[in-house]
Amino acid sequence: MANNATAPLDPNVQTGQDVTVFETETLVSRIAWTIGRNKLLFGGLFLILFIVLFAVLGSIFIDEERTEVGYAMAPQETADGSIKETVAPRLRPSREYWFGSDQFAVDIFAYVAYGTMGTLWMGFIAGSIGIGIGTLLGFMAGYFGGKIDAIVVILSDALITIPGLILLITVSAYLDQLSVEQLGLLIGVISWMGTARVVRAQVLTLKSRAYVEVSKFNGQSDIEIVVAELMPNLAPFIAAAFVGAVAGAILLSIGLSALGLGPQNEPNLGLMAFWFIRFGAVPQGLWWWFGPPIVVIAIFVVGLFMVTAGLDQIANPRLRTSV
Amino acid sequence: MTVDYVLKRAGMFLLIIFVAGTLNFAVPRLRPTNPVEERMNQLLQQAGGVHISNVEEMIARYEDRFGLNNPLWLQYVNYWVSLSRLDFGQSIAYFPAKVTEEIRQSMPWTIGLVGVTTVIAAVIGSFFGAWLGWTRTPLAISFVVPLLLIVTAVPFYLLGLLMMWVFTVWWPLLPGGGAYDFAIPPSFTIASILDIIEHAILPATAIILSSIGFWGLGMRGMMVTTMGDDFIKLAEFKGLKERRIFLRYAVRNALLPQVTGLAINLGFVVSGSVLVEVLFAYPGIGNLLYTAITSNDYFLIQGVLMYVIFAVGLMLFIVDMIYPLIDPRIRYRSA
Repeated sequence: MANNATAPLDPNVQTGQDVTVFETETLVSRIAWTIGRNKLLFGGLFLILFIVLFAVLGSIFIDEERTEVGYAMAPQETADGSIKETVAPRLRPSREYWFGSDQFAVDIFAYVAYGTMGTLWMGFIAGSIGIGIGTLLGFMAGYFGGKIDAIVVILSDALITIPGLILLITVSAYLDQLSVEQLGLLIGVISWMGTARVVRAQVLTLKSRAYVEVSKFNGQSDIEIVVAELMPNLAPFIAAAFVGAVAGAILLSIGLSALGLGPQNEPNLGLMAFWFIRFGAVPQGLWWWFGPPIVVIAIFVVGLFMVTAGLDQIANPRLRTSV
Repeated sequence: MTVDYVLKRAGMFLLIIFVAGTLNFAVPRLRPTNPVEERMNQLLQQAGGVHISNVEEMIARYEDRFGLNNPLWLQYVNYWVSLSRLDFGQSIAYFPAKVTEEIRQSMPWTIGLVGVTTVIAAVIGSFFGAWLGWTRTPLAISFVVPLLLIVTAVPFYLLGLLMMWVFTVWWPLLPGGGAYDFAIPPSFTIASILDIIEHAILPATAIILSSIGFWGLGMRGMMVTTMGDDFIKLAEFKGLKERRIFLRYAVRNALLPQVTGLAINLGFVVSGSVLVEVLFAYPGIGNLLYTAITSNDYFLIQGVLMYVIFAVGLMLFIVDMIYPLIDPRIRYRSA
């Protein structure tokens, strides 16, 4: 396994301390060491952490009221000539409203924070479900072979034929109102094929290795072998697939919502895209409206890409020699 | 090429069509609401002041017309019979226009925009990636690769939006939507062709910019792997010219997966780029599907979907057939 070769020499090995302490310490230090050494992984995690912190802290500390229509107020000249505090749409960024306000006088900074939270949550659900189904099916196909294998391969081949967005658009056309969680579930259910393929291929090569044979002769059950012998070797692959699935799910959901077919009741970045496209933020030149969500999406997806690339280097040591 | 292999692949293709077609039939019918009634209500809201008393009868007539009163199994049989004749019935929204007619009108725009940009992006991206993998200059890699990553990370419709802002608001240079100027109806005259190209520049650039990274990074990865192979070393030791090693030895081998990728992506072209087409009001298939969905036109949705699935399935089949021909190392194993 790749990690063994790159693990640092742990001083505890010589001193022979308590075994449990030694094990957790190596694990933590090994992970930290791997991340520190792998620039791509480190940079990507940093970008992701930045966006996640923004979303979490934002939705904790910013009053949810600010994301509501007509919140932004500013002193403006009224019809009779006096200056009054009135509802202020299309405000430029200011100290009070960091990213200004949109057509509906929503505080954009607050909305982007809550919207990022909604989008991340959706991506997390979709990624987890996609990875769960993919790993399970991939394991079963690779490990048991035969009919199960044939069914999984045919199913994934058939499903991969249909472009995700087209499938989503069509399904959403037949559903009345989606919530963020339902959308995550839906995307998860249609995005397990990549993971299933990777896991299946890996299990196929792993299961003929000697140590798996040995465990079989030792009388370990299938589940024990999968959990104890195969899972640890597959972890980096599954982690990379998870990150990829989250990125894909987020892009898909934003695409769907930008068409106005996604969740409408909870803040999310896709819905924001729908509104600013629909209400002509671009022709009006309201860059502070359409700029922030685009920047957030770009930073987050670049981060995810970097993490995937970094994890790939760990999973396939061959790649490490290049670059 | 063994008969067994061809039969298996062809069977797979038919299975995909069958499963997708059945889902396409079943999903809309699982919905509790009545599409004809929905469309009627939508029209009534828009029109207003119509005698509502006859609506029930109208709905019944239309349902009869669309065969929605037949038993389910008969609808299913009829569905496959008309599909086999490439007949997708009539659009509900644009009644009595035929679905095939609607698709036929949108298809050229989509193939022109998305097809051409896909090929351009694949060619430019592949050669760019080959160069990146070949030179291995740290400068190029540390600057260009992250840049490619960022451009690829921004979804193309958002990239298109930014470009729309720059070139229609900031510096009004290009038209912001549509496929042609309504004063110049599309025809094969120079003025019309120039007009169409002018309208295509923004959406095309958005698609190309955002997909070049995908092709470039894929090609670079393949180049790096190929460069490590022994036959490259041998070619170098034989003292062959760099140019020859690059083109005939490295690129030629690294290009194979790109060819497969291009073929599969050409299948996806038929589905258009829904978001780009909607954003730029481009009258292609993606836009048609969007209109069909927002107006509850289930027959149109089904028709577009079947076209897409058929095209993608066919391209996959063709790729499976061609790939062993261009890469002799691959045998027609039982797939």
